[in-house]
Amino acid sequence: MTDAPHEKASIASLAMTRRMHRRRAAETRFRLYGRASVIFSMAALGWLLLSIAATGLSAFTQHWVDLDLDVRAESATDNDRRRLADALAGGFGVQADDAVRQELLALVSASAATDALARNAERSGATLRLTVPVSDQADQYYKGRVDASRPAAQRRLTDRQIAWLDRWADEEQVERRFNRGLFVNPDSRDPERAGLASAILGSVMIVLIAGALALPVGIGAAIYLDGFAPQTGWGGRLTRALEVNINNLAAVPAIVFGLLGLAVFINVFGLARSIPLVGGLVLALRMFPTIVIASRAALRAVPDSLTDSALSLGASRMQAVFNHKVPIAAPAMLTGSIIGMAQALGETAPLLMIGMVAFVTAVPESPLDPATALPVQIFLWSGSAEAAWAERASAAIIVLLAVLMVINGVAIVLRERLQRRRSL
Amino acid sequence: MCKAEDRRPGLGFRRLTEILAERLVIAAVLATGLWACAPRDRPPVRIVGSSTIFPFAAKVAETYTRRTSVPIVVEQTGSGGGHKLFCSGDASIDATTSSRPQKPAESAICAANGVAPVIELPLGFDGIVLARSVDAVPIRLDTVTLYHALARKLPTSATDCTPVPNPYSRWSQIDPGLPDEPIEIFGPPPTSGTRDAFVETAMETGARRFPCLAAMERDTPSLFRARVHDLREDGAWINSGENDNAMVRTLVDSPAAIGVLGFSFLNQNTDKVGGIAIGGVVPTSATIRSGTYPVVRTLYLYMKDGSAADVRGYGMEFLSDEASGPGGYLEEIGLIPLPDALRTATRQRLSDADKAESRIEGSEP
Repeated sequence: MTDAPHEKASIASLAMTRRMHRRRAAETRFRLYGRASVIFSMAALGWLLLSIAATGLSAFTQHWVDLDLDVRAESATDNDRRRLADALAGGFGVQADDAVRQELLALVSASAATDALARNAERSGATLRLTVPVSDQADQYYKGRVDASRPAAQRRLTDRQIAWLDRWADEEQVERRFNRGLFVNPDSRDPERAGLASAILGSVMIVLIAGALALPVGIGAAIYLDGFAPQTGWGGRLTRALEVNINNLAAVPAIVFGLLGLAVFINVFGLARSIPLVGGLVLALRMFPTIVIASRAALRAVPDSLTDSALSLGASRMQAVFNHKVPIAAPAMLTGSIIGMAQALGETAPLLMIGMVAFVTAVPESPLDPATALPVQIFLWSGSAEAAWAERASAAIIVLLAVLMVINGVAIVLRERLQRRRSL
Repeated sequence: MCKAEDRRPGLGFRRLTEILAERLVIAAVLATGLWACAPRDRPPVRIVGSSTIFPFAAKVAETYTRRTSVPIVVEQTGSGGGHKLFCSGDASIDATTSSRPQKPAESAICAANGVAPVIELPLGFDGIVLARSVDAVPIRLDTVTLYHALARKLPTSATDCTPVPNPYSRWSQIDPGLPDEPIEIFGPPPTSGTRDAFVETAMETGARRFPCLAAMERDTPSLFRARVHDLREDGAWINSGENDNAMVRTLVDSPAAIGVLGFSFLNQNTDKVGGIAIGGVVPTSATIRSGTYPVVRTLYLYMKDGSAADVRGYGMEFLSDEASGPGGYLEEIGLIPLPDALRTATRQRLSDADKAESRIEGSEP
């Protein structure tokens, strides 16, 4: 600040006020821009979450129907679908022909009901009491997603089918339940029986394997590059070249890692396609540069004076780095690593190349059994024809987001704890 | 004093991070080790191939797994990708589905890699349909109109095949009886088997109505193919992705547009889009099955002769009454079943191969 002479105050203040106004106006404008961009991004995120929740939340419940099936008369045929259809027709008191059978089978989860029939094949003498999920279309109808006022040709359910469904509802045979199958069943082509078990387990295995490989290697590499690698002369040049290349590696599109995985792990090492072990190996490669870069940045943010003072007091380089530098950088390193793991959890492209974008009929029991991953399951479900898949895909997105939030939550809690310990 | 303050938390951290890292690594290694110790003793049956057949193949896989607890993996690689993997000699690929017959070049690769002999099993039919939003004005098309609408170069007249650029931009210009709407057809990209089948059935049939083009097909089939397979790129034909769901949404949003879809997608979305009659025949399960609907292709499953019992069992399940018979669970999701005689014969062929195989091995049931 210069001491402006008082007699020029009136003239100076005019120019000064103008400049002052301009500066303040600039600041106000910037605040507005800032607020606008925050509002815009929050609105986009809110809209995304809302639209997913609006379509997906209903998939966490599913309607079930209690059936009393009289399968005695039809025991002559060994076609379970036909037996089921005839028994359903008997229940409604209608004559069964091909069209009626087809429409009746489209009301319940035919595969679940025929499985139950097959299980109870020896009890064909009595009336069979079954509780099965209703079909995807019927479920959509009970959830109010079918517009019965449209002309019959423009909806998936015929007038007859709607009348039958209403009759079940009137006789209180239908119950809306929590959709437990969504979490414990393997994938299915019937939306009402489809579950995420294979995908959740697959994702967990992939992330654990990738983390177990990439975390120690990535953090170790970062600490070495930061504290121990030569910084001068030819060695220094080599170190810098290495760092540039690790940065480049982080920018390589994910699909390239998938191709690499296919060429190396499957074609050279002869590991099987579609297994979480290969997925974990590929994603470990994908996570590695992210972890190195994040950890490097965290270590670089620690003031050199800290290690310098430790060194000057006679500590070895090892002691200076591990006892003084790493603990301070640990919270940020942890955050970076967890972000890397969360990214790996959401990756689809590399899994495509190693055959994990597949329909897997059984829940994996080990990392060597075929499995899929959560993002892959979302991709597969959203590409399927039946309308109910849109709902299930959104539900799978909600599950994936929940898992990511848990991971990020753990990261935040760990970071807070580490930071509190430092400020002691 | 500074030192003392620094060291205490420093060591605390070190211990904490060490313990944490150690436990995490140990837990992960242990868990991985335990899992790795116990993979299933039964190797999964692995099916690759066509994305059109994927819903059917996956549904059969699911049913078969439920009945026999044999794990099955179905991957959609496209028909071409499926043949490539299957013929590469990779022993883990048990069978491939294909929305077209295997090409001679592909059979040669199979034979060269020791994947021979191969059994070809027809599974059913797929109609390729033109569809538009249920809110749109009805439109009646035939293959000649389609050829007029989509060929990049049209013949000057019925007898003179000198190519002229396609002048039409609205349906009413081709035929005054058609609605006055822009020609806008969304279809699969050139890599797709659906597109090949559409061009080979619809476009080639339309082109043959021009005597000069029919003559060209007789004399120089390669020229004819090149000419007819060349679709417009000025906005009348729009390559859309392989995702038919996205296509259905596009059609709902723009009622003037027409989409080229597999019949199973039309079947599942009758509340949003309707099939367009071609030459007066509306695509339904019955018209496609009887062959009156003109744009049809056969779907196939290929497996090695003498495959493992699980793989043949999968094929038998695919061809069973409950799956692809009339009223079966595959018809429900849009597969057009084979005529009963052909299906029975195919089943017979597969079970004969089964028996022949068990005679050779002497141990198979």
